[in-house]
Amino acid sequence: MPHSTFLDHSSYPDSYIRDILNNVNSIAMVGASATWNRPSNFAMKYLLQKGFMVIPVNPGSVGKEICGEKVFPDLTSLPVAVDMVDMFRPAHEAPELVEEAIKIGAKVFWMQLEIVNNEAAKLAEEAGLQVVMDRCPKIEYARLFGELGWSGINTGVISNRRRRLK
Amino acid sequence: MRKLHPQYGFNTLAVHAGTAPDPTTGARSFPIYQTSSYVFDDADHAASLFNLQAPGFIYSRLTNPTVAALEEKLATLEGGRGGTVTSSGHAAETLALFPLMAPGMEVIVANKLYGGTINLMGKSYRKFGWNAVFVDTDNPDDFRRAVTEKTRAIFIENLANPGGVVADLEAIAKVANEAGVPLVVDNTMATPFLSQPLEWGADIVVHSTTKFLSGQGNALGGVVIDSGKFPWLGNSKYPSLSEPSPEYNGLTFAETFGDLAYTMYSHAISLRDLGCSQSPMNAWITLNGIETLPLRIERHCSNALEVALFLEKHHQVEWVSHAGLESSPYYELGKKYLPDGTGSVFTFGVKGGYESGLKMLETVELFSHVANIGDTHSLILHPASTTHRQLSEEQLITAGAGAEVIRLSIGIECVEDLIADLDQALERSKQ
Repeated sequence: MPHSTFLDHSSYPDSYIRDILNNVNSIAMVGASATWNRPSNFAMKYLLQKGFMVIPVNPGSVGKEICGEKVFPDLTSLPVAVDMVDMFRPAHEAPELVEEAIKIGAKVFWMQLEIVNNEAAKLAEEAGLQVVMDRCPKIEYARLFGELGWSGINTGVISNRRRRLK
Repeated sequence: MRKLHPQYGFNTLAVHAGTAPDPTTGARSFPIYQTSSYVFDDADHAASLFNLQAPGFIYSRLTNPTVAALEEKLATLEGGRGGTVTSSGHAAETLALFPLMAPGMEVIVANKLYGGTINLMGKSYRKFGWNAVFVDTDNPDDFRRAVTEKTRAIFIENLANPGGVVADLEAIAKVANEAGVPLVVDNTMATPFLSQPLEWGADIVVHSTTKFLSGQGNALGGVVIDSGKFPWLGNSKYPSLSEPSPEYNGLTFAETFGDLAYTMYSHAISLRDLGCSQSPMNAWITLNGIETLPLRIERHCSNALEVALFLEKHHQVEWVSHAGLESSPYYELGKKYLPDGTGSVFTFGVKGGYESGLKMLETVELFSHVANIGDTHSLILHPASTTHRQLSEEQLITAGAGAEVIRLSIGIECVEDLIADLDQALERSKQ
């Protein structure tokens, strides 16, 4: 997986996000909600439908399932290694979560829409992780893989190659 | 002009944005999806779509693939985050304000506008309890003074119909920004080829796509384009976007969709309920039209300026209002906001007033006497007796549509033929 520590986090080249989404198979979603109409639940359901393995992490929901997946209390108690940590938590919690993400060998640290923490980003990048902030993997997946234009959204994607049907 | 895409320029985007080859068949011309509804994969997929958990098609009143391609193309050309295409330009105006307004709230509206918009906002919106407060287009301080606790939007045309008036976009955007309300700009007369209002701080752009975008006067349509930059989240002025929507199980648009919130709301609520969606056939015609927009607009503008210069010197003409003329009070604003041309719709005053004006309409041969603008054909109209006739005398003068005023929409024909036609009609108008 290519990685860079010099990214300007105000914007990302499409190729950077596309590479991440193409290379990641497993995602730990920190702050995944058991309430079906919360944004995190929407994102988790969508990413599962697209074939990602998504493990919900939420200390308040241990013992439950979210979208049919067993919930874990924190990153360090996950039974398997994950490629990416996706964070649905307030920005100030990011540095602590980055430390855990490094510990479990995650390759990508992703902060959701409206969540920005430059200190955490620096920490993660210095440890060799790729970082995305203030984006949603569901929206980015839909945008880059041809579904978001269905809602009238400007995807920024221009290609005259015939897209393969999934 | 600002960068719309990291790699490609405007003319490339006009041809390609939104219209990738069809993945099923490889069709190069974008398909017309003439269908009302779409088969769901299974019950769970259907539920996901209805809950807005996944993007996809349910029913063409909300979304349709051909219409969505047009939305993406227009959003790209305006540098916006998303677009919502509607059945007409008027529908686009109402749709643009629908997420913002509520009974008792106010929209500040420029007084130099297409007559139909003045009626819509000044009269029909009163039935919704939306109050339009009209102010002088030429005076940004007028906008500032009109701001109250109840203001929810500011609405202007940047190049105003029936012609020659250029609004000071940057100054008015500053007023909107300071008031914490979105600036909605009707960019129909300029098109994104000549002006991109979002670049100057506007938040939302609307068009009648019937005009230059479609380009040949054969497909009604409108669009609302959102910059994605207005802060809706937690903003109590805009509960439609910032508070839970009971109809979608308590989902909050600004929280769930971030900078897509306004466009998602416009489809999932506004189009769903108001039903002013565009037909796939019209969207397809408009998609094709936009591919040649840059070429057409260049010709429209050069022809129009030549005609305006001819009229300015004609002995039967009192005055010409075209922002490309140095005599125009809007010349400097035109240079700033429309450096590549000030459009092809403008007005002039014919000597002999009302009677001479009507005579001219009846003696032109190449010009078509119609209530439209932005066509490859050159068009002529007397606004006071047609498009603007519901306005009071005072409103007519404010809107630049007095008794002697003739409006032209210059097409892409040979300019010498257009000039010859106007010349003979002007000569005959004095008889």
